[in-house]
Amino acid sequence: MSAPLSAPAVQDHRALRFLTAGSVDDGKSTLIGRLLYDSRAILADQLDTLEKRAAGASIDLSLLTDGLEAEREQGITIDVAYRYFATRQRKFIIADAPGHEQYTRNMVTAAAGSDAAVVLVDITKIDVHAKPVALLPQTRRHALLAHLLRVPSIVFAVNKLDAVDDPQLAFNTVRNALQAFAEQAGIAVAGIIPVSALRGDNVTQPLDAAWYQRPSLLQLLESLPASQERKDGDLLIPVQYVAREGEGTGNQPRTLWGRIAHGQVKAGDTVHLFPSGQQAVVALVRVAGSEVESAAAGQSAGVVLDRQLDVSRGDWIATPGTVHETTRFSATLAWLDTEPAVIGRKYWVRHGNRWVQARIASIESRLDIHTLGPIDAHELAVNEIGHVVIETQQPLPVEAYGANRVGGSLIIVDPASNRTSGALLVQGPVAA
Amino acid sequence: MNAALTVEQLLPALDQTHLDWLEEEAIFILRETVAAFERPALLFSGGKDSCVVLRLAEKAFKTRGADGGFKGRLPFPLLHVDTGHNFPEVIEFRDRRVAEMGERLVVGHLEDSIRRGTVRLSHPLESRNGHQTVALLEAIEEYRFDVLLGGARRDEEKARAKERIFSHRDGFGQWQPKEQRPELWTLFNTRIKPGEHMRAFPISNWTELDVWLYLARENIPLPSLYFAHDRQVIRRKGLLVPLTAVTPPESGEQVETAQVRFRTVGDMTCTCPVESPAANATEIVAETLKVTVSERGATRMDDRTSDASMERRKKEGYF
Repeated sequence: MSAPLSAPAVQDHRALRFLTAGSVDDGKSTLIGRLLYDSRAILADQLDTLEKRAAGASIDLSLLTDGLEAEREQGITIDVAYRYFATRQRKFIIADAPGHEQYTRNMVTAAAGSDAAVVLVDITKIDVHAKPVALLPQTRRHALLAHLLRVPSIVFAVNKLDAVDDPQLAFNTVRNALQAFAEQAGIAVAGIIPVSALRGDNVTQPLDAAWYQRPSLLQLLESLPASQERKDGDLLIPVQYVAREGEGTGNQPRTLWGRIAHGQVKAGDTVHLFPSGQQAVVALVRVAGSEVESAAAGQSAGVVLDRQLDVSRGDWIATPGTVHETTRFSATLAWLDTEPAVIGRKYWVRHGNRWVQARIASIESRLDIHTLGPIDAHELAVNEIGHVVIETQQPLPVEAYGANRVGGSLIIVDPASNRTSGALLVQGPVAA
Repeated sequence: MNAALTVEQLLPALDQTHLDWLEEEAIFILRETVAAFERPALLFSGGKDSCVVLRLAEKAFKTRGADGGFKGRLPFPLLHVDTGHNFPEVIEFRDRRVAEMGERLVVGHLEDSIRRGTVRLSHPLESRNGHQTVALLEAIEEYRFDVLLGGARRDEEKARAKERIFSHRDGFGQWQPKEQRPELWTLFNTRIKPGEHMRAFPISNWTELDVWLYLARENIPLPSLYFAHDRQVIRRKGLLVPLTAVTPPESGEQVETAQVRFRTVGDMTCTCPVESPAANATEIVAETLKVTVSERGATRMDDRTSDASMERRKKEGYF
């Protein structure tokens, strides 16, 4: 047994949520199976089931990740699945996004809230002697989509190293091509890691090769930051739940609970309430059941104000002078519903904890899924992404998604079916 | 170099700080549930997962007094579906905890469903686990609950790995795996039509190890069945079947006494203990770190019939 893993300086013990993106045959299921297997997250009875299905052949690790009977019948995975494993350093949550049917829908779902994306590159599908070396369209697509959704760390796992004649040459060539592509697209790459998911090389155990000394995939994942909203600067809290102390009379002080989007809050702070426009002073702050001195971004805080104001779920608490409301904004829209988006139709949208009616005022363009360049189009169907202008029935304090996920994200819900039809990433307000 | 890492190398060295993050997420989901629905209830079986959710609910909705105890009342009742085949220790624990906490308890009795004729047993000792669904849906209808909080976790079983945190159930209480709503950021889509309801799972992202770490850290009371005790058992198909009035020995089987603990507590006809000397939560954590058989596999007779049995039951409206 080799030496214990080096301990990277993990400051934040939150779990790392990462999504895995890859197409059929890229070896994604095998890679996830390998991470789970090597970290002993696969338990004996599950292995028993696999052995039965393998019927004497070697165990297929990829079978560990297809969950539903309906999918096994079709031999494909159709929905995002969540997997868990832990190392000495960290707990990990994998959002496994299947890479073909319903592809955009699954990847958008997995990417929202992920701290990192692992994009699989099948090295056997690339002609490393071509000049210039061409990456596969799905590799570009996966990386661009993760970038569009502002997944903080993007990692390329160059897989099937066991299946090429000269792994050093092949890897170096593909790495250079990936770097050139990322630079051109403005993607900051957290790592390019050679692996063989099938053999386990460089997944959990560092690669034993003269040409590669950098970390294994697992070591890199252990060292990546969990995304955090900023704790300094102005405060923003979407009010999630208004609690009365005791029950009945309605005269007791009320606690306004909400997870802090950015900034921090402490007793004595003057705050602005949206949409009422009133101001108040924070009398005390709670976390869980106890009073605390202050609370910061990422924590759910209970705020008690110094006066009785009419505050409801869906309102916002903010530093005075920092809230900019609008009823019209531009956004990137990922359409997730089999019924196409209809311009002018009334939908429900959820922003923070507030539901308002809204409509798509215009569809400006659709994004080419391979390049993310705009195509002239005024319709959006399932799995398509476009630039749109949204009009809401009431003003919302939207922020740019790139600056803050909480203030910059909305979902669109079809009022007839209640299906979640779209995901909106705000760019900014636009004039009517 | 391809050798798997050892358990000691890979599992976290009892670092519990990630529990704070899981706790924050669970409390967030609990408050979301109460804020977004009109008639919530918390499924409380006395099982360890529901005991964790109950403690998280206290943290979400009560305030701590000077003595460290929780003051106030939860904004929802507790709901238990009693198959009539529950272990007596668990029922005693349930009633004692509810009385201590001053909470409201609603019990849906499977016996009532049998009396009404909505459940028909093919023979008197048949496992009642699958029939719980009927009593559960009848309780939902009777009390008009629009959301049930449950302690299910995604790591328990493959069909649950794709379960949403807020999971929609149609007018027949059915789960439609292909109709699941994408769940983006924390912008939960909690909109339902009259007659439909949702299940909300605050500890979706916890593993069995997380649950035991939290039980130990928070000193959460559990039924005595969870800790090592001597019990009469029958060895059957690799499982230890507890000897009870509804699980008698088959011909030729030997009854023996073993030191065991339960890892889940369900219907007596389908829940088996494992041999273990672990007498408290910390010892169970140490054992869990070394465990090689997943929770449902070692202890549930009903799941062994088919790799897909959980998915079938979920579609029918099971927890």
